[in-house]
Amino acid sequence: MHASGALEAKDYKSDLKPIWCPGCGDFGVLSALYRALANIGRSPHEIAFVSGIGCSSRIPGYTTAYGFNSVHGRALPIAQGIKLANPDLLVLVAGGDGDGFSIGGGHVPHAIRRNIDITYIVMDNQIYGLTKGQLSPTSPRGTHTVTSPEGSLEDPVNPLLYVLGYGAHFVAQSTPADQIGLTAVIEEAIRFPGFAFVNVQSPCVTFGDPNQQLKAHKEGLKSLAKINYDPSHRVKAMALAQTYGKDLYTGVFYRNPNPPPTFDSLVRERQRHMAPQAMPREKILDTFLPH
Amino acid sequence: MSRDLLTGNAAAAWGARLAEVDYIPAYPITPQTEIIESLAQWVNSENLKARLVTMDSEHSMLTAAGAAAATGARVFTATSSQGLLYAIEMLYTVAGWRVPLVLVNVSRALAAPITLEPDHNDVLAARDSGWLQFHAETCQEVLDSVLMAYRLAEHSDVLLPAIVNLDGFYLSFTREPVEIPEVEAVREFLPAYRPEHARFSASHAMAQGVAVLGSSAYAFFKYQMQRAAEAALDLHDHVASEFCAQFGRCYGAVEAYRLDDADFVIVMVNSFSTVGKAAVDRLRIAGNKIGLLRLRLVRPFPQQEIAWLLNGRRAVAVIDQNVSIGKGGILFCEVASALAGSSPPPLLSYVGGLGGRRFHDEDFDLIMQALRAAEHEGARPEPHLLYSAAEYEKMRELLRVAHGSDPKAGT
Repeated sequence: MHASGALEAKDYKSDLKPIWCPGCGDFGVLSALYRALANIGRSPHEIAFVSGIGCSSRIPGYTTAYGFNSVHGRALPIAQGIKLANPDLLVLVAGGDGDGFSIGGGHVPHAIRRNIDITYIVMDNQIYGLTKGQLSPTSPRGTHTVTSPEGSLEDPVNPLLYVLGYGAHFVAQSTPADQIGLTAVIEEAIRFPGFAFVNVQSPCVTFGDPNQQLKAHKEGLKSLAKINYDPSHRVKAMALAQTYGKDLYTGVFYRNPNPPPTFDSLVRERQRHMAPQAMPREKILDTFLPH
Repeated sequence: MSRDLLTGNAAAAWGARLAEVDYIPAYPITPQTEIIESLAQWVNSENLKARLVTMDSEHSMLTAAGAAAATGARVFTATSSQGLLYAIEMLYTVAGWRVPLVLVNVSRALAAPITLEPDHNDVLAARDSGWLQFHAETCQEVLDSVLMAYRLAEHSDVLLPAIVNLDGFYLSFTREPVEIPEVEAVREFLPAYRPEHARFSASHAMAQGVAVLGSSAYAFFKYQMQRAAEAALDLHDHVASEFCAQFGRCYGAVEAYRLDDADFVIVMVNSFSTVGKAAVDRLRIAGNKIGLLRLRLVRPFPQQEIAWLLNGRRAVAVIDQNVSIGKGGILFCEVASALAGSSPPPLLSYVGGLGGRRFHDEDFDLIMQALRAAEHEGARPEPHLLYSAAEYEKMRELLRVAHGSDPKAGT
């Protein structure tokens, strides 16, 4: 902690040393996350960080927040359980493309439509890294892996279009090659009231495409901030999201300018309305169990 | 016939290749993934004329496997641990469809806490699902059991799917010499799958997987499955003797190791039985008349044979590599029930090998002492949890580190 009492990036860093491969994109996600959390300034004990299973899902252990390295594909339901029971906690969810768009893909639409105030960061490397390089749901068609030696035949999931299509109100993409931009979108996603999604193109240095590593990202990324893009239109964002897998646009694709109420605020609102009309407990007891 | 040094995973893949399977839905999970990778390579190189599809989860994988088998295809798939549990809903469903596909499970202990090394709570969670279960000790037995599993499962009196289980890491990644049969010889033992009861064929549309409303119909179909599994028990020895005649390797539903004159018996399963057999040899040198009973066919459960082999001994210890929390060893309960109705020997229950915990000489020495004591004093059904003082001390140290300066740590 700084002498002024302000939290610094290192205050969110645990004493566990990451065991990712040297050169893994996830290191850059972690450092951007530390900085974003420091900018927000909530204490580690006010933050819960949930993940599923996979290389990227190790990330909660590398922070000083409450951590939950859970079950493959189940990070979102676990995060919802934590957030609904502890509405004041800042709840972050992280995981890979396999966790989020394959085995756990069915949870994403429901987290979105419930609009629970959580931030979902997917570290999208287009491969199953932890099990050593099999086809993942975001592997481009034709990807050669140990389970697709002749190249895959299926089209990949487009995570950006997926969440936009289901109605997410904050959708961004970035890469660890752009630390400033990645820190900014993570911070903005956390501050956004409601379900927020950040797709981080986080290259797998061991099993990923050698031509799509951080150096290529740095040279090829197209910052939305520099092209006068207006992120307040869902349909425009969906058109832009079609570039997934071809161009690496970074920044906020869509931010609803009038964020709808979160699930928690709707619950509180309903309780406020219903409470005055509710029959007092004593009266109910007297009705059914008179003295 | 050729010989090679194969891992347990490669042996499983060879079993599927020699069975000339048609369809392989796949999903990666450690420590199973090498199986589907090997098969993917062979499909690619046309050494195996099958279709392999990587699915989006184990649940989808088992669903696709069962559905493909219901069209009349010979289907193979493989998973492990959490994957098997995620597919449990479909294990029951597919068994009810009466489609005889084969699944290799590479045992790995279950979360939480999440870990990688083996125990058998994963495969035993599927115990009641209607799948036959073969538990293999060696890489050779993995390959052979896949072939025998297809043969038994596809028998018209059985028609139940089968799981072949091997231990993750200890067998999945251990190379052993394996005889790989010629495909022509395998075809003689295992002819092509030609189902009459569940298939898609021209001009013969049939409804499958229909709902039954009314308990009598439901009970009828479940009883049919029980009867089919009972038939599988009788048929196993027939299949095994044909396998023995064809390939020269003979397997029983159980394996009796140095049991002939044994006063005391330990009961084990899968690859850790090898450690148990070494312990039996060592204890015999020290003058103990002890043997080992290895359970190989766990479903259907060969209870008569087990009772015949265990009754009359001075004491028996079942070593479970699983724990039914609140009861103890699952196989202890199974063995005890097999002995019910007779005058069983004192029966001791040990739980060990959880999460791949190794067995040490001291564990078997302790069990030997307890067997000798039980001969005179009888046995209580509570499980003994194998854990050494050194392990406990090391664990306390880890807890102290994990809790930092918390004064209550490690107590």
